[in-house]
Amino acid sequence: MIEMKNVHKVYKNGVTALNGVDTFIDAGEFVYVVGPSGAGKTSFIKMMYREESPTKGNVYINSVDVASIKERKVPLLRRSVGVIFQDFKLLSKLTVYENVAFALEVIEENPKKIRKRVMEVLDRVGLKHKARFIPDQLSGGEQQRVAIARAIANNPKIVIADEPTGNLDPETSWEIMRLFEEISASGTTLVMATHSQDIVNKMRKRVIAMENGKIVRDEHRGEYGYEV
Amino acid sequence: MAMKFSTFRRHIREGTKNIVRNSWMTVASVGAVTTTLVLVAAFLILILNLNQVVDNIENDVEVRVYIDLQAEEEEIEELGDQIAGLNNVESFYFQSKEEELEMLIEDLGEDGEAWELFEQDNPLNNVYVVNTERAEDLSGVASRIETFENIEDVSYRSDVVDRLLDFNQYARIIGGVFVAALLFTAIFLISNTIKMTITARSTEISIMKLVGAKNNFIRWPFFVEGTLTGVLGTIIPIGLVLGGYHYLYTNLNDRIDFPFIELLPWDPFAWQLSLMLLGIGAFIGIWGSVMSVRKFLKV
Ligand SMILES: Nc1ncnc2c1ncn2[C@@H]1O[C@H](COP(=O)(O)OP(=O)(O)O)[C@@H](O)[C@H]1O
Ligand SMILES: [Mg+2]
Repeated sequence: MIEMKNVHKVYKNGVTALNGVDTFIDAGEFVYVVGPSGAGKTSFIKMMYREESPTKGNVYINSVDVASIKERKVPLLRRSVGVIFQDFKLLSKLTVYENVAFALEVIEENPKKIRKRVMEVLDRVGLKHKARFIPDQLSGGEQQRVAIARAIANNPKIVIADEPTGNLDPETSWEIMRLFEEISASGTTLVMATHSQDIVNKMRKRVIAMENGKIVRDEHRGEYGYEV
Repeated sequence: MAMKFSTFRRHIREGTKNIVRNSWMTVASVGAVTTTLVLVAAFLILILNLNQVVDNIENDVEVRVYIDLQAEEEEIEELGDQIAGLNNVESFYFQSKEEELEMLIEDLGEDGEAWELFEQDNPLNNVYVVNTERAEDLSGVASRIETFENIEDVSYRSDVVDRLLDFNQYARIIGGVFVAALLFTAIFLISNTIKMTITARSTEISIMKLVGAKNNFIRWPFFVEGTLTGVLGTIIPIGLVLGGYHYLYTNLNDRIDFPFIELLPWDPFAWQLSLMLLGIGAFIGIWGSVMSVRKFLKV
Protein backbone atom coordinates (compact mmCIF):
# COMPACT_ATOMS: atom_id res chain seq x y z
CA MET A 1 0.00 0.00 0.00
CA ILE A 2 1.31 3.41 -1.03
CA GLU A 3 -0.25 6.70 0.00
CA MET A 4 0.80 10.27 -0.69
CA LYS A 5 -0.73 13.32 0.93
CA ASN A 6 -0.11 16.77 -0.48
CA VAL A 7 3.45 15.92 -1.53
CA HIS A 8 5.65 18.74 -2.73
CA LYS A 9 9.21 18.47 -3.95
CA VAL A 10 11.37 21.47 -4.63
CA TYR A 11 14.96 20.60 -5.56
CA LYS A 12 17.91 22.62 -4.32
CA ASN A 13 18.14 24.43 -7.64
CA GLY A 14 14.62 25.75 -7.14
CA VAL A 15 12.84 23.44 -9.61
CA THR A 16 9.45 22.29 -8.38
CA ALA A 17 9.16 18.64 -9.43
CA LEU A 18 6.07 17.71 -7.40
CA ASN A 19 3.43 20.28 -6.67
CA GLY A 20 0.78 18.84 -4.39
CA VAL A 21 0.44 15.15 -5.17
CA ASP A 22 -2.29 13.05 -3.51
CA THR A 23 -2.73 9.42 -4.35
CA PHE A 24 -3.57 6.05 -2.93
CA ILE A 25 -2.30 2.79 -4.42
CA ASP A 26 -3.76 -0.30 -2.85
CA ALA A 27 -1.91 -3.55 -2.22
CA GLY A 28 -1.72 -5.66 -5.37
CA GLU A 29 -2.49 -2.87 -7.82
CA PHE A 30 -0.63 -2.43 -11.11
CA VAL A 31 -0.19 1.25 -11.93
CA TYR A 32 1.38 3.03 -14.90
CA VAL A 33 2.71 6.53 -14.37
CA VAL A 34 2.73 8.47 -17.64
CA GLY A 35 3.36 12.04 -18.72
CA PRO A 36 5.77 14.17 -20.72
CA SER A 37 9.43 14.40 -19.86
CA GLY A 38 10.01 16.56 -16.83
CA ALA A 39 6.46 16.01 -15.55
CA GLY A 40 7.76 14.61 -12.27
CA LYS A 41 7.34 10.85 -12.78
CA THR A 42 10.81 9.97 -11.57
CA SER A 43 10.53 12.32 -8.59
CA PHE A 44 7.14 10.75 -7.75
CA ILE A 45 8.74 7.30 -7.76
CA LYS A 46 11.81 8.37 -5.83
CA MET A 47 9.53 9.36 -2.95
CA MET A 48 8.58 5.71 -2.55
CA TYR A 49 12.04 4.39 -1.69
CA ARG A 50 13.35 7.53 -0.04
CA GLU A 51 15.82 8.37 -2.75
CA GLU A 52 14.40 11.85 -2.21
CA SER A 53 12.39 13.21 0.70
CA PRO A 54 9.35 15.44 0.13
CA THR A 55 9.81 19.13 0.85
CA LYS A 56 6.28 19.08 2.21
CA GLY A 57 3.63 16.41 2.77
CA ASN A 58 3.65 12.72 3.70
CA VAL A 59 4.51 9.49 1.90
CA TYR A 60 3.27 6.26 3.47
CA ILE A 61 4.69 2.91 2.43
CA ASN A 62 2.83 0.07 4.11
CA SER A 63 1.55 2.64 6.66
CA VAL A 64 5.04 3.92 7.56
CA ASP A 65 5.68 7.60 6.92
CA VAL A 66 8.95 7.31 5.02
CA ALA A 67 9.48 11.06 4.94
CA SER A 68 10.18 11.03 8.65
CA ILE A 69 12.12 7.78 9.16
CA LYS A 70 15.71 8.05 10.29
CA GLU A 71 18.49 7.75 7.74
CA ARG A 72 19.60 4.59 9.51
CA LYS A 73 16.26 2.95 8.76
CA VAL A 74 16.30 3.71 5.04
CA PRO A 75 17.99 0.39 4.17
CA LEU A 76 15.10 -1.42 5.83
CA LEU A 77 12.63 0.46 3.63
CA ARG A 78 14.69 -0.33 0.53
CA ARG A 79 14.50 -4.03 1.35
CA SER A 80 10.73 -3.99 1.40
CA VAL A 81 10.55 -2.23 -1.95
CA GLY A 82 12.11 -3.71 -5.09
CA VAL A 83 13.32 -1.04 -7.51
CA ILE A 84 14.05 -1.39 -11.22
CA PHE A 85 15.66 1.26 -13.42
CA GLN A 86 15.97 2.13 -17.06
CA ASP A 87 19.74 1.62 -16.84
CA PHE A 88 19.47 -1.62 -14.82
CA LYS A 89 21.96 -0.53 -12.13
CA LEU A 90 23.64 -3.89 -11.83
CA LEU A 91 27.00 -4.27 -10.07
CA SER A 92 29.22 -4.55 -13.12
CA LYS A 93 31.99 -6.68 -11.59
CA LEU A 94 29.65 -9.22 -10.10
CA THR A 95 28.15 -12.19 -11.90
CA VAL A 96 24.43 -12.50 -12.49
CA TYR A 97 24.26 -14.89 -9.56
CA GLU A 98 26.20 -12.56 -7.26
CA ASN A 99 24.07 -9.57 -8.23
CA VAL A 100 20.89 -11.34 -7.21
CA ALA A 101 22.47 -12.89 -4.12
CA PHE A 102 23.49 -9.42 -2.95
CA ALA A 103 19.88 -8.49 -2.18
CA LEU A 104 19.63 -11.54 0.07
CA GLU A 105 23.04 -11.13 1.67
CA VAL A 106 22.10 -7.67 2.91
CA ILE A 107 19.21 -9.15 4.89
CA GLU A 108 21.60 -11.79 6.29
CA GLU A 109 19.62 -14.68 4.88
CA ASN A 110 21.33 -17.98 5.52
CA PRO A 111 23.70 -19.10 2.74
CA LYS A 112 21.78 -22.26 1.87
CA LYS A 113 18.53 -20.37 1.44
CA ILE A 114 20.36 -17.74 -0.60
CA ARG A 115 21.61 -20.37 -3.06
CA LYS A 116 18.19 -21.89 -3.40
CA ARG A 117 16.33 -18.61 -3.76
CA VAL A 118 18.78 -17.09 -6.27
CA MET A 119 18.45 -20.05 -8.58
CA GLU A 120 14.69 -19.94 -8.13
CA VAL A 121 14.32 -16.31 -9.21
CA LEU A 122 16.88 -16.70 -11.99
CA ASP A 123 14.80 -19.57 -13.25
CA ARG A 124 11.73 -17.42 -13.06
CA VAL A 125 13.27 -14.73 -15.28
CA GLY A 126 14.73 -17.40 -17.57
CA LEU A 127 18.41 -16.79 -16.87
CA LYS A 128 19.42 -19.77 -14.81
CA HIS A 129 21.83 -20.85 -17.53
CA LYS A 130 23.62 -17.47 -17.45
CA ALA A 131 24.17 -17.33 -13.70
CA ARG A 132 27.95 -17.08 -14.11
CA PHE A 133 27.92 -14.32 -16.71
CA ILE A 134 28.76 -10.75 -15.84
CA PRO A 135 26.36 -7.96 -16.94
CA ASP A 136 28.58 -6.88 -19.85
CA GLN A 137 28.16 -10.32 -21.40
CA LEU A 138 24.37 -9.98 -21.49
CA SER A 139 21.92 -8.18 -23.79
CA GLY A 140 19.94 -5.23 -22.43
CA GLY A 141 16.83 -7.34 -22.02
CA GLU A 142 18.77 -9.98 -20.11
CA GLN A 143 20.34 -7.38 -17.86
CA GLN A 144 16.92 -5.99 -17.07
CA ARG A 145 15.72 -9.49 -16.21
CA VAL A 146 18.61 -9.82 -13.77
CA ALA A 147 17.57 -6.52 -12.21
CA ILE A 148 14.03 -7.83 -11.90
CA ALA A 149 15.26 -11.04 -10.32
CA ARG A 150 17.22 -8.99 -7.80
CA ALA A 151 14.22 -6.77 -7.09
CA ILE A 152 11.92 -9.68 -6.31
CA ALA A 153 14.48 -11.94 -4.62
CA ASN A 154 13.35 -11.24 -1.07
CA ASN A 155 9.65 -11.14 -1.92
CA PRO A 156 8.96 -7.43 -1.51
CA LYS A 157 5.32 -6.38 -1.32
CA ILE A 158 6.01 -3.47 -3.63
CA VAL A 159 7.98 -3.32 -6.88
CA ILE A 160 8.71 0.04 -8.49
CA ALA A 161 10.09 0.50 -11.99
CA ASP A 162 11.21 3.72 -13.65
CA GLU A 163 10.95 3.31 -17.43
CA PRO A 164 12.20 -0.26 -17.29
CA THR A 165 11.77 -0.74 -21.04
CA GLY A 166 13.16 2.65 -22.00
CA ASN A 167 16.40 1.17 -23.35
CA LEU A 168 14.90 -1.93 -24.92
CA ASP A 169 13.48 -2.78 -28.33
CA PRO A 170 9.70 -3.44 -28.57
CA GLU A 171 9.97 -7.20 -28.65
CA THR A 172 12.26 -7.35 -25.62
CA SER A 173 10.02 -4.83 -23.88
CA TRP A 174 7.10 -7.20 -24.18
CA GLU A 175 9.10 -10.02 -22.65
CA ILE A 176 9.85 -7.76 -19.71
CA MET A 177 6.18 -6.76 -19.46
CA ARG A 178 5.12 -10.39 -19.32
CA LEU A 179 7.43 -10.78 -16.33
CA PHE A 180 5.85 -7.77 -14.66
CA GLU A 181 2.41 -9.21 -15.32
CA GLU A 182 3.49 -12.43 -13.57
CA ILE A 183 4.92 -10.52 -10.62
CA SER A 184 1.70 -8.56 -10.34
CA ALA A 185 -0.37 -11.71 -10.59
CA SER A 186 1.36 -13.07 -7.50
CA GLY A 187 -0.08 -10.18 -5.49
CA THR A 188 2.82 -7.71 -5.59
CA THR A 189 1.98 -4.01 -5.88
CA LEU A 190 3.58 -2.65 -9.06
CA VAL A 191 4.22 0.97 -9.98
CA MET A 192 5.81 1.62 -13.35
CA ALA A 193 6.68 4.91 -15.02
CA THR A 194 6.70 4.53 -18.79
CA HIS A 195 6.81 6.34 -22.10
CA SER A 196 5.48 3.38 -24.04
CA GLN A 197 2.06 4.16 -25.50
CA ASP A 198 1.93 0.72 -27.01
CA ILE A 199 2.35 -1.04 -23.68
CA VAL A 200 -0.07 1.17 -21.76
CA ASN A 201 -2.76 0.85 -24.39
CA LYS A 202 -2.42 -2.88 -24.94
CA MET A 203 -1.87 -4.05 -21.39
CA ARG A 204 -4.65 -2.09 -19.71
CA LYS A 205 -4.04 -1.10 -16.08
CA ARG A 206 -4.63 1.87 -13.85
CA VAL A 207 -2.97 4.98 -15.34
CA ILE A 208 -1.77 7.97 -13.36
CA ALA A 209 -0.96 10.85 -15.70
CA MET A 210 1.30 13.64 -14.48
CA GLU A 211 1.99 17.11 -15.80
CA ASN A 212 4.01 19.86 -14.17
CA GLY A 213 4.32 18.01 -10.90
CA LYS A 214 0.62 17.31 -10.55
CA ILE A 215 -1.59 14.31 -11.17
CA VAL A 216 -3.90 15.37 -14.00
CA ARG A 217 -5.66 12.09 -14.65
CA ASP A 218 -6.12 8.86 -12.76
CA GLU A 219 -8.21 6.13 -14.35
CA HIS A 220 -8.51 2.38 -14.13
CA ARG A 221 -7.88 0.51 -17.35
CA GLY A 222 -6.77 3.87 -18.74
CA GLU A 223 -5.07 4.87 -21.95
CA TYR A 224 -1.67 6.44 -22.54
CA GLY A 225 -3.43 9.58 -23.76
CA TYR A 226 -0.52 11.48 -25.28
CA GLU A 227 0.64 11.77 -28.85
CA VAL A 228 4.06 10.30 -29.47
CA MET B 1 22.45 -6.23 16.10
CA ALA B 2 25.40 -8.55 15.91
CA MET B 3 26.57 -9.74 12.55
CA LYS B 4 25.85 -13.31 11.66
CA PHE B 5 28.89 -15.50 11.18
CA SER B 6 27.80 -16.32 7.64
CA THR B 7 27.69 -12.61 6.89
CA PHE B 8 31.18 -12.18 8.30
CA ARG B 9 32.38 -14.96 6.04
CA ARG B 10 30.62 -13.29 3.17
CA HIS B 11 32.49 -10.03 3.79
CA ILE B 12 35.84 -11.83 3.85
CA ARG B 13 34.94 -13.65 0.65
CA GLU B 14 33.72 -10.55 -1.16
CA GLY B 15 36.70 -8.49 0.01
CA THR B 16 39.07 -11.12 -1.30
CA LYS B 17 37.22 -11.43 -4.60
CA ASN B 18 37.30 -7.66 -5.03
CA ILE B 19 41.09 -7.87 -5.20
CA VAL B 20 40.69 -9.87 -8.40
CA ARG B 21 37.55 -8.13 -9.68
CA ASN B 22 39.19 -4.73 -9.58
CA SER B 23 42.53 -6.01 -10.81
CA TRP B 24 43.89 -2.78 -12.32
CA MET B 25 42.97 -0.85 -9.23
CA THR B 26 44.62 -3.49 -7.07
CA VAL B 27 47.80 -3.15 -9.12
CA ALA B 28 47.76 0.63 -8.66
CA SER B 29 47.13 0.48 -4.93
CA VAL B 30 49.61 -2.33 -4.29
CA GLY B 31 52.15 -0.35 -6.32
CA ALA B 32 51.60 2.73 -4.19
CA VAL B 33 51.99 0.80 -0.96
CA THR B 34 55.06 -1.03 -2.29
CA THR B 35 56.81 2.19 -3.30
CA THR B 36 56.03 3.81 0.02
CA LEU B 37 57.25 0.87 2.03
CA VAL B 38 60.47 0.46 0.06
CA LEU B 39 61.22 4.08 0.94
CA VAL B 40 60.21 3.56 4.56
CA ALA B 41 62.44 0.49 4.79
CA ALA B 42 65.43 2.24 3.24
CA PHE B 43 64.96 5.14 5.59
CA LEU B 44 64.61 2.97 8.67
CA ILE B 45 67.66 0.89 7.79
CA LEU B 46 69.69 4.05 7.40
CA ILE B 47 68.46 5.91 10.44
CA LEU B 48 68.47 2.97 12.86
CA ASN B 49 71.99 2.03 11.88
CA LEU B 50 73.17 5.62 12.25
CA ASN B 51 71.56 5.65 15.62
CA GLN B 52 73.42 2.54 16.51
CA VAL B 53 76.73 4.08 15.44
CA VAL B 54 76.08 7.19 17.46
CA ASP B 55 75.17 5.04 20.45
CA ASN B 56 78.39 3.08 20.14
CA ILE B 57 80.48 6.21 20.00
CA GLU B 58 78.62 7.76 22.88
CA ASN B 59 79.35 4.72 24.97
CA ASP B 60 83.02 5.05 24.12
CA VAL B 61 83.58 8.65 25.05
CA GLU B 62 84.26 9.34 28.69
CA VAL B 63 85.58 12.00 31.01
CA ARG B 64 88.81 11.08 32.77
CA VAL B 65 89.31 12.75 36.14
CA TYR B 66 92.96 12.68 37.28
CA ILE B 67 93.04 12.76 41.04
CA ASP B 68 95.69 14.80 42.85
CA LEU B 69 98.58 12.61 43.96
CA GLN B 70 98.46 14.13 47.45
CA ALA B 71 94.77 13.34 47.98
CA GLU B 72 93.87 11.25 51.06
CA GLU B 73 91.61 8.21 50.79
CA GLU B 74 88.63 10.06 52.38
CA GLU B 75 89.13 12.94 50.00
CA ILE B 76 89.04 10.56 47.04
CA GLU B 77 85.82 9.04 48.35
CA GLU B 78 84.32 12.48 48.86
CA LEU B 79 85.18 13.36 45.26
CA GLY B 80 83.39 10.20 44.15
CA ASP B 81 80.26 11.28 46.04
CA GLN B 82 80.42 14.70 44.40
CA ILE B 83 80.63 13.13 40.93
CA ALA B 84 77.73 10.85 41.80
CA GLY B 85 75.69 13.91 42.69
CA LEU B 86 76.06 15.51 39.23
CA ASN B 87 73.28 15.62 36.67
CA ASN B 88 73.64 13.73 33.38
CA VAL B 89 76.18 11.29 34.80
CA GLU B 90 75.23 7.83 33.69
CA SER B 91 77.92 5.88 35.52
CA PHE B 92 81.48 6.20 36.78
CA TYR B 93 84.16 4.03 38.28
CA PHE B 94 87.40 4.36 40.12
CA GLN B 95 90.62 3.13 38.58
CA SER B 96 93.76 3.00 40.73
CA LYS B 97 97.13 4.10 39.39
CA GLU B 98 98.29 0.47 39.43
CA GLU B 99 95.43 -0.53 37.15
CA GLU B 100 96.21 2.48 34.97
CA LEU B 101 99.81 1.41 34.58
CA GLU B 102 98.80 -2.15 33.80
CA MET B 103 96.50 -0.91 31.03
CA LEU B 104 99.16 1.37 29.66
CA ILE B 105 101.68 -1.44 29.49
CA GLU B 106 99.16 -3.65 27.81
CA ASP B 107 98.18 -0.96 25.28
CA LEU B 108 101.76 -0.25 24.30
CA GLY B 109 102.72 -3.91 23.86
CA GLU B 110 106.47 -4.27 23.24
CA ASP B 111 107.13 -0.63 23.98
CA GLY B 112 105.30 -1.03 27.21
CA GLU B 113 107.98 -3.18 28.71
CA ALA B 114 110.00 -0.07 29.44
CA TRP B 115 107.23 1.15 31.68
CA GLU B 116 107.43 -1.94 33.82
CA LEU B 117 110.35 -0.24 35.48
CA PHE B 118 107.95 2.22 37.01
CA GLU B 119 106.03 -0.47 38.84
CA GLN B 120 107.96 0.35 42.00
CA ASP B 121 107.57 4.08 41.69
CA ASN B 122 104.36 4.68 39.75
CA PRO B 123 104.12 8.27 38.42
CA LEU B 124 100.54 7.92 37.23
CA ASN B 125 97.39 9.26 38.88
CA ASN B 126 94.40 7.49 40.30
CA VAL B 127 91.42 8.32 38.06
CA TYR B 128 87.68 8.43 38.01
CA VAL B 129 86.25 7.43 34.62
CA VAL B 130 82.88 9.11 34.08
CA ASN B 131 80.29 8.21 31.41
CA THR B 132 77.57 10.71 30.60
CA GLU B 133 74.08 10.01 29.37
CA ARG B 134 74.66 11.81 26.07
CA ALA B 135 77.76 12.99 24.24
CA GLU B 136 76.67 16.61 24.37
CA ASP B 137 76.75 16.44 28.18
CA LEU B 138 80.48 15.69 28.29
CA SER B 139 81.85 19.23 28.29
CA GLY B 140 79.34 20.41 30.91
CA VAL B 141 80.12 17.54 33.24
CA ALA B 142 83.86 17.98 32.72
CA SER B 143 83.81 21.69 33.52
CA ARG B 144 81.82 21.13 36.68
CA ILE B 145 84.21 18.43 37.88
CA GLU B 146 87.08 20.85 37.30
CA THR B 147 85.70 23.04 40.10
CA PHE B 148 85.99 20.20 42.65
CA GLU B 149 88.90 19.83 45.10
CA ASN B 150 91.83 17.40 44.80
CA ILE B 151 91.92 17.28 41.05
CA GLU B 152 94.99 17.49 38.90
CA ASP B 153 93.31 17.39 35.53
CA VAL B 154 90.03 16.59 33.74
CA SER B 155 90.09 15.47 30.13
CA TYR B 156 87.96 14.01 27.41
CA ARG B 157 88.45 13.45 23.70
CA SER B 158 86.92 16.72 22.54
CA ASP B 159 87.79 16.06 18.88
CA VAL B 160 85.75 12.84 18.82
CA VAL B 161 82.90 14.45 20.67
CA ASP B 162 82.75 17.49 18.42
CA ARG B 163 82.75 15.39 15.34
CA LEU B 164 80.09 13.16 16.81
CA LEU B 165 77.91 16.14 17.61
CA ASP B 166 78.38 17.52 14.09
CA PHE B 167 77.54 14.16 12.64
CA ASN B 168 74.42 13.96 14.77
CA GLN B 169 73.35 17.35 13.51
CA TYR B 170 73.77 16.34 9.86
CA ALA B 171 72.03 13.04 10.46
CA ARG B 172 69.10 14.92 11.90
CA ILE B 173 68.84 17.31 8.96
CA ILE B 174 69.19 14.55 6.40
CA GLY B 175 66.71 12.43 8.33
CA GLY B 176 64.24 15.34 8.43
CA VAL B 177 64.50 15.91 4.68
CA PHE B 178 64.12 12.21 4.07
CA VAL B 179 61.01 11.98 6.27
CA ALA B 180 59.45 14.98 4.54
CA ALA B 181 60.12 13.54 1.08
CA LEU B 182 58.81 10.20 2.22
CA LEU B 183 55.61 11.55 3.67
CA PHE B 184 55.04 13.68 0.59
CA THR B 185 55.50 10.74 -1.75
CA ALA B 186 53.36 8.44 0.33
CA ILE B 187 50.52 10.91 0.68
CA PHE B 188 50.64 11.78 -3.00
CA LEU B 189 50.66 8.17 -4.15
CA ILE B 190 48.05 6.94 -1.78
CA SER B 191 45.65 9.85 -2.03
CA ASN B 192 45.83 9.58 -5.81
CA THR B 193 45.02 5.91 -5.64
CA ILE B 194 42.16 6.61 -3.28
CA LYS B 195 40.78 9.25 -5.62
CA MET B 196 40.84 6.75 -8.44
CA THR B 197 39.17 4.15 -6.29
CA ILE B 198 36.51 6.59 -5.21
CA THR B 199 35.46 7.53 -8.71
CA ALA B 200 35.43 3.93 -9.80
CA ARG B 201 33.50 2.78 -6.77
CA SER B 202 30.92 5.52 -6.28
CA THR B 203 28.37 3.96 -8.65
CA GLU B 204 28.91 0.61 -7.04
CA ILE B 205 28.27 1.98 -3.56
CA SER B 206 25.15 3.88 -4.61
CA ILE B 207 23.72 0.72 -6.16
CA MET B 208 24.40 -1.24 -2.98
CA LYS B 209 22.51 1.39 -1.04
CA LEU B 210 19.57 1.18 -3.43
CA VAL B 211 19.33 -2.53 -2.79
CA GLY B 212 19.13 -1.87 0.94
CA ALA B 213 22.68 -2.42 2.18
CA LYS B 214 23.52 -0.75 5.45
CA ASN B 215 26.71 1.30 5.68
CA ASN B 216 28.59 -1.30 7.66
CA PHE B 217 27.63 -3.99 5.22
CA ILE B 218 29.21 -1.93 2.45
CA ARG B 219 32.22 -0.99 4.54
CA TRP B 220 33.32 -4.47 5.59
CA PRO B 221 34.45 -5.89 2.22
CA PHE B 222 36.25 -2.61 1.54
CA PHE B 223 38.00 -3.02 4.86
CA VAL B 224 39.04 -6.57 4.00
CA GLU B 225 40.11 -5.52 0.51
CA GLY B 226 42.12 -2.63 1.92
CA THR B 227 43.89 -4.83 4.44
CA LEU B 228 44.77 -7.37 1.78
CA THR B 229 45.95 -4.67 -0.61
CA GLY B 230 48.18 -3.23 2.10
CA VAL B 231 49.58 -6.66 2.95
CA LEU B 232 50.19 -7.49 -0.73
CA GLY B 233 52.08 -4.23 -0.92
CA THR B 234 54.51 -5.45 1.75
CA ILE B 235 55.69 -8.52 -0.16
CA ILE B 236 58.35 -6.79 -2.27
CA PRO B 237 59.58 -4.47 0.51
CA ILE B 238 59.87 -7.35 2.97
CA GLY B 239 61.66 -9.44 0.35
CA LEU B 240 64.07 -6.57 -0.24
CA VAL B 241 64.66 -6.11 3.47
CA LEU B 242 65.29 -9.77 4.20
CA GLY B 243 67.41 -10.34 1.10
CA GLY B 244 68.96 -6.92 0.59
CA TYR B 245 69.90 -6.33 4.19
CA HIS B 246 71.40 -9.76 4.38
CA TYR B 247 73.60 -8.89 1.40
CA LEU B 248 74.48 -5.54 2.91
CA TYR B 249 75.23 -7.01 6.30
CA THR B 250 77.46 -9.81 5.07
CA ASN B 251 79.32 -7.74 2.48
CA LEU B 252 79.60 -4.34 4.10
CA ASN B 253 80.20 -5.14 7.73
CA ASP B 254 83.56 -6.86 7.08
CA ARG B 255 84.84 -3.98 5.00
CA ILE B 256 84.26 -1.28 7.54
CA ASP B 257 87.23 -1.09 9.88
CA PHE B 258 86.01 1.57 12.26
CA PRO B 259 85.55 0.19 15.73
CA PHE B 260 82.28 2.08 16.29
CA ILE B 261 80.68 1.29 12.98
CA GLU B 262 78.92 -1.98 12.98
CA LEU B 263 75.60 -2.68 11.24
CA LEU B 264 72.70 -3.95 13.28
CA PRO B 265 72.72 -7.74 13.04
CA TRP B 266 70.45 -9.13 10.32
CA ASP B 267 68.75 -11.39 12.85
CA PRO B 268 66.69 -9.98 14.56
CA PHE B 269 66.83 -6.52 12.91
CA ALA B 270 65.58 -7.61 9.45
CA TRP B 271 62.76 -9.61 11.02
CA GLN B 272 61.67 -6.82 13.29
CA LEU B 273 61.72 -4.39 10.39
CA SER B 274 59.69 -6.79 8.24
CA LEU B 275 57.08 -7.13 10.94
CA MET B 276 56.94 -3.38 11.20
CA LEU B 277 56.49 -3.03 7.42
CA LEU B 278 53.68 -5.57 7.56
CA GLY B 279 51.95 -3.47 10.20
CA ILE B 280 52.46 -0.22 8.32
CA GLY B 281 51.27 -1.81 5.07
CA ALA B 282 48.10 -3.16 6.61
CA PHE B 283 47.49 0.19 8.27
CA ILE B 284 47.92 2.14 5.03
CA GLY B 285 45.58 -0.27 3.24
CA ILE B 286 42.90 -0.04 5.88
CA TRP B 287 43.21 3.71 6.19
CA GLY B 288 43.01 4.11 2.42
CA SER B 289 39.93 1.95 2.08
CA VAL B 290 38.18 3.61 5.00
CA MET B 291 38.86 7.01 3.45
CA SER B 292 37.60 5.95 0.04
CA VAL B 293 34.22 4.69 1.24
CA ARG B 294 33.63 7.32 3.90
CA LYS B 295 32.58 10.01 1.46
CA PHE B 296 29.84 7.90 -0.08
CA LEU B 297 28.41 6.57 3.09
CA LYS B 298 27.72 10.06 4.32
CA VAL B 299 24.13 11.07 3.75
N1 LIG C 1 18.05 15.95 -8.58
C1 LIG C 1 17.43 16.97 -9.19
N2 LIG C 1 17.84 18.22 -8.96
C2 LIG C 1 17.23 19.25 -9.56
N3 LIG C 1 16.20 19.15 -10.38
C3 LIG C 1 15.73 17.92 -10.67
C4 LIG C 1 16.33 16.78 -10.09
N4 LIG C 1 15.67 15.68 -10.54
C5 LIG C 1 14.71 16.15 -11.36
N5 LIG C 1 14.74 17.49 -11.44
C6 LIG C 1 13.83 18.35 -12.21
O1 LIG C 1 12.53 18.09 -11.74
C7 LIG C 1 11.61 18.05 -12.81
C8 LIG C 1 10.91 16.69 -12.81
O2 LIG C 1 11.87 15.70 -13.18
P1 LIG C 1 11.56 14.17 -13.14
O3 LIG C 1 10.92 13.85 -11.87
O4 LIG C 1 12.80 13.46 -13.49
O5 LIG C 1 10.49 14.03 -14.34
P2 LIG C 1 10.25 12.85 -15.35
O6 LIG C 1 10.74 11.59 -14.75
O7 LIG C 1 8.76 12.86 -15.52
O8 LIG C 1 10.93 13.21 -16.61
C9 LIG C 1 12.41 18.33 -14.07
O9 LIG C 1 12.26 19.72 -14.37
C10 LIG C 1 13.82 18.02 -13.67
O10 LIG C 1 14.70 18.82 -14.38
MG1 LIG D 1 12.10 10.13 -15.42
